[in-house]
Amino acid sequence: MPKIHKVILTCFLTLLSLLFLFPIVIVFLNSFKGKFFISSAPFSFPTKETFVGLINYTQGLEKTGLNQAFAWSLFITISSVTVIVLLTSMTAWYLTRVKSKFTSAMYYLFVFSMIVPFQMVMFTMTKIADMLNLSNPIGIILIYLGFGSGLSVFTFGGFIKSVPIAVEEAAMIDGCNPIQTFFRVVFPILKPTSITVAILNTMWIWNDYLLPSLVLGTDFQTIPIAIQSLKGGHGSIDMGVMMAMLVLAILPIIIFYLLCQNYIIKGVAAGAVKG
Amino acid sequence: MQKSMKKYMVIFALPTIIAFAIAFFIPFIMGIYLSFTKFTTVTNAQWVGLENYRKAFSNADFVNAFLFTGKFTIVSVITINLFAFALALLLTRGIRGTNLFRTVFFMPNLIGGIVLGYIWQLIINGVLANFGVDITYDAKYGFWGLVILMNWQLIGYMMIIYIAGIQNIPGELIEAAKIDGARPKQILGKITIPLVMPSITICSFLTLTNSFKLYDQNLALTAGKPGRSTSMLALDISNTFYNRNGWEGVGQAKAVLFFLMVAVIALIQLVITRRKEVEH
Repeated sequence: MPKIHKVILTCFLTLLSLLFLFPIVIVFLNSFKGKFFISSAPFSFPTKETFVGLINYTQGLEKTGLNQAFAWSLFITISSVTVIVLLTSMTAWYLTRVKSKFTSAMYYLFVFSMIVPFQMVMFTMTKIADMLNLSNPIGIILIYLGFGSGLSVFTFGGFIKSVPIAVEEAAMIDGCNPIQTFFRVVFPILKPTSITVAILNTMWIWNDYLLPSLVLGTDFQTIPIAIQSLKGGHGSIDMGVMMAMLVLAILPIIIFYLLCQNYIIKGVAAGAVKG
Repeated sequence: MQKSMKKYMVIFALPTIIAFAIAFFIPFIMGIYLSFTKFTTVTNAQWVGLENYRKAFSNADFVNAFLFTGKFTIVSVITINLFAFALALLLTRGIRGTNLFRTVFFMPNLIGGIVLGYIWQLIINGVLANFGVDITYDAKYGFWGLVILMNWQLIGYMMIIYIAGIQNIPGELIEAAKIDGARPKQILGKITIPLVMPSITICSFLTLTNSFKLYDQNLALTAGKPGRSTSMLALDISNTFYNRNGWEGVGQAKAVLFFLMVAVIALIQLVITRRKEVEH
């Protein structure tokens, strides 16, 4: 490619990136404006008249308890993803290595669950969760395991099928029981797939709104629920507070993303190829 | 090995299977049964046959949600894939800063649907304020708002998949074509596009199902307003369940229909993929 083309292309892509970042920048700028100025002049820099400092942030944190929501989101996401990666990799290994009618039927059931939209089980699952006393931050981990197991078992299963069985057999002949074989031999081999599964599930669970809002109600708010609750019933939204809370909701994700962007991008590409 | 493993079913598979039964399998079976009954609390179900399905089909909101979702899905699948593919082509030319651009374009995908909805509500209302209206003034504003939002969110994701596909094309193939005097347009049409067909299939499937099942973004951006004219299927089903007493059975029937539609889309996609695989 001629040099001049490269320069033009770089300029074009730079402009496009700025356009992509524009919405986030606008939210950030507006989070420092008074609530009455946000709808009248959303695209201007804060001026002497419109600038209100950090008041939207302090008021918002008081009103929504977003720091509390952050803690719940963090707890639910980390524990659910840990449980999902650990248990579904074990399940996928068992279902792939033990050949029987039951294991193949289970495997197809897991795959089938991937195409079923959440609305199909929304009402009944909420009722069952209530009956079994699962409507709390611990119970929701079990629900996330159940609902997330389809994609995860499928992804792990696809990878395990391509791993030669010989190493595992050797370990067993050397005296490992299946648990030792799994944790000493299989699980380390699965590491790249574990990362993919962890990333796909983290993106889903951290941002999930409907499932926790139905299961947890308003007692244990996660970040999406806290943001949605700002809108409230019939009253108008305090736009200043909304902007500040949006910034606080986006900030941890962007930091997390910048820290492990390579893993995330690779994980997404790998997940797509398998899915 | 099978023999020694079999005893360990309880440890390896049972926990996941129990969770799967509670969160998915039992609710799924119950859901199908309840779609033929009238109920308010699951335990007081009374068999009504196909009555709920009849009501669902004659429900103007449901029909409108179906048409709105269909139109939205067609437009988003086309726009998202075109833009994502174009970006992927530009970002596989070995220019500097490719990684930085990739990082930026993918970022919106990590932000949750509720937050995305409120971000775009601000921007779109800010633009529309110049004309003295807002996003809930007319259904077409909500429609295009959702299309823009979805594009912003998913272009980066699909771009990553297309980049992976393009990078898998053997370099010699393109070199050989160039030596034979192929123009860039011919390389694109005769080599690049046929060889990234698997990526195209995956991306159109992902955008299709994502658009069809959209909920959070719809709720935050317009909440279905004005009236219920911008409610998509998932939102309409939720509204039937939770905002309309005595209609739980109809909501469940709508959900079954929704599931069948998604399943049919997935099946058609699978058939097309298989056909492509035979050709190679």
